[in-house]
Amino acid sequence: MPPFTPPPLPSDDKRWKIVNGTMRKNGFARHALIETLHTVQSSFGYLDDDSIRFVARSLRVPLSQAYGVVTFYHHFSLKPPGKHTMTICTGTACYIKGTDKLVAAAEKQLSIPHGETTKDGKISLMTARCVGACGRAPVVLTDGELVGQMTGEQMIEQLERWAVE
Amino acid sequence: MNLEELEQIAESVRQENAKFDHEINVCMGTGCLSQHSDKLKDELVKAVEAAGKNAFVRRTGCMGLCAAGPLVLVDPEEILYQHVGGKHTEAIAASLGGNPFKELQCDLREHFDQQVHVVLENSGHIDPEKIDDYISRDGYIALVKALTEMSPNEVIQQITESGLKGRGGGGYPTGLKWGTVAKATGDIKYVVCNGDEGDPGAFMDRSVLESDPQRVLEGMAIAAYAVGASKGYVYVRAEYPLAVARLTNCLRDARRRGLLGNGICGTTFNFDVEIRLGAGAFVCGEETALIASIEGKRGQPKPRPPYPAVSGLWGKPTLINNVETFANIAPIIRKGGAWFASVGTEKSKGTKVFAITGKITNTGLVEVPMGMTLRQIIEGIGGGVPDGHKFKAVQTGGPSGGCIPDEHLDIPVSYESLIQAGSMMGSGGMIVMDDTSCMVNVARFFIEFCMTESCGKCIPCRAGTAQLFTLLSRICDGSGTMDDLDLMVDLCGTIKETSLCGLGMTAPNPVLSTLRYFKNEYIDHIVHKRCAAGVCNIKAPVEVLA
Repeated sequence: MPPFTPPPLPSDDKRWKIVNGTMRKNGFARHALIETLHTVQSSFGYLDDDSIRFVARSLRVPLSQAYGVVTFYHHFSLKPPGKHTMTICTGTACYIKGTDKLVAAAEKQLSIPHGETTKDGKISLMTARCVGACGRAPVVLTDGELVGQMTGEQMIEQLERWAVE
Repeated sequence: MNLEELEQIAESVRQENAKFDHEINVCMGTGCLSQHSDKLKDELVKAVEAAGKNAFVRRTGCMGLCAAGPLVLVDPEEILYQHVGGKHTEAIAASLGGNPFKELQCDLREHFDQQVHVVLENSGHIDPEKIDDYISRDGYIALVKALTEMSPNEVIQQITESGLKGRGGGGYPTGLKWGTVAKATGDIKYVVCNGDEGDPGAFMDRSVLESDPQRVLEGMAIAAYAVGASKGYVYVRAEYPLAVARLTNCLRDARRRGLLGNGICGTTFNFDVEIRLGAGAFVCGEETALIASIEGKRGQPKPRPPYPAVSGLWGKPTLINNVETFANIAPIIRKGGAWFASVGTEKSKGTKVFAITGKITNTGLVEVPMGMTLRQIIEGIGGGVPDGHKFKAVQTGGPSGGCIPDEHLDIPVSYESLIQAGSMMGSGGMIVMDDTSCMVNVARFFIEFCMTESCGKCIPCRAGTAQLFTLLSRICDGSGTMDDLDLMVDLCGTIKETSLCGLGMTAPNPVLSTLRYFKNEYIDHIVHKRCAAGVCNIKAPVEVLA
């Protein structure tokens, strides 16, 4: 059997080299699928068809398995994120402290359901299953930065600041 | 590395620390960092310099009282300051060596004095990114002792004698598990640390990994020696970036010190560890699902047996323990199994770390000996329910556990008694609810969680939780009937008995326990169309024409 040669990089975008680096570090082993997808998502912000195909071919994983893994885990996103992301924690401690009202207020403010991005691509509204900062509940992540003891007013202010940027 | 070399490192750290009159420990766990305690530390350094005091400012891990952060602890006086901001740094620096800065001083003897710290003994005292700090507090003595003075069997014997049980929630005796893996035949064996703390409302593992990562690593290395493994994996949630960063740093340092790698401590023992990131699936806390995830597959559980101890990662014998279980290993080897067994109750030994959150005054992380009553934890250490509200229930065990009402608060915390009360130990989340929480809505919240987190492999869990959710939603919006209650109990029984893994088997617990203790609230919703807590949005009752 001829030795396996991984497919060429999809484009000369430097980020593919980072992705390739993760796979090479793992010897292009099949079990590196999740690790590699993590790298793709952190480099590109989301996973699109091209990237899933590229990773699957490089690791010799069936496309069905790669797509299955992507859709199984909540962390992976198939849609590009907005310029800013508001992630509201909906873990138990946050729920007890009324995080459902935060979600409702944000949905009303942005006129989108959670999990979506505004039409102008500015703000994504996400929910998280507990970020482990329950001591500071209710918690939100503004562009990944943790803010504790969040109030509705504070959150709306932040959303308004982002909207006019 | 041998015991003398460890002692030399410890001595040099102690000498370095002794040069200063005071040590200012600044909490830099996730909770306090979200309030910019990193900047606070820099400002404290400047303030100390400006005041001309001889003090050392140290970054530390979690001190426990997350709600009162940022926290600053001044040693050797043991003065704890809460809610410290940049504007207070001068006053704190000025107070060194004199009277404490009263305004921010936090006097919570009741909170701290009742705790027994084994897992958290270094949390808040060492810099989690400095391996030498860990060594200066007896770190790695246990590993060196195990490798040079004990046989693998003797290590397992000590763990068995200690009576330690799995801290991830299952409560399987750790010594027995180690013994099984050690006896399993195979050229390659693996040790896996389960840090997939998916249970919402729990953050013990995050805190331990952020505050004292070396302790977990030492526990894993001892385990690897005992069972004959040479490769380890730590599976951590991707939602915990700080824990991942500190763990990465800790692996690098341990390799440099020769405490990981080939020929550890001049013996023939080889062991190295890799980090694997979770990708946001609660079910991956289940051991067979976690193994599938490390293998790069969807995290779906497999029927057991074969247990991972016999056929786990890539079909090889695999030891899987929780972060907190591994964190208990080093002290047991250092002080002996009998010492550990002297703490706790007859069947549940040692201590347990709990994350107390929800409607409670002292939100945060506590470690108590097994056997302490829930009331002591909630009313004593936790400081009770704030703002004049009335305690209603405490939820333990996350989505797999149950709600325990006031009349059962005097039960001691142990694996057995919590199961008897219709809940379970779980990984250690403890969520306190007051009269503003509706128990029907809480049950619906947990079932919704289990419904969305069900991996979909087996029907009872996939379809059953969805049906339970529909029934509970109906009750919450006021259109439920009394027959629905019987239907739910019936359905709960089916899900419990026929699901494949722990997720499904325990998913009905929140419903069953609220039905057991708070049936009146269900009846209120169904018959009187009323939600006493005012949480549920009940449609106006339909007028019945006479």
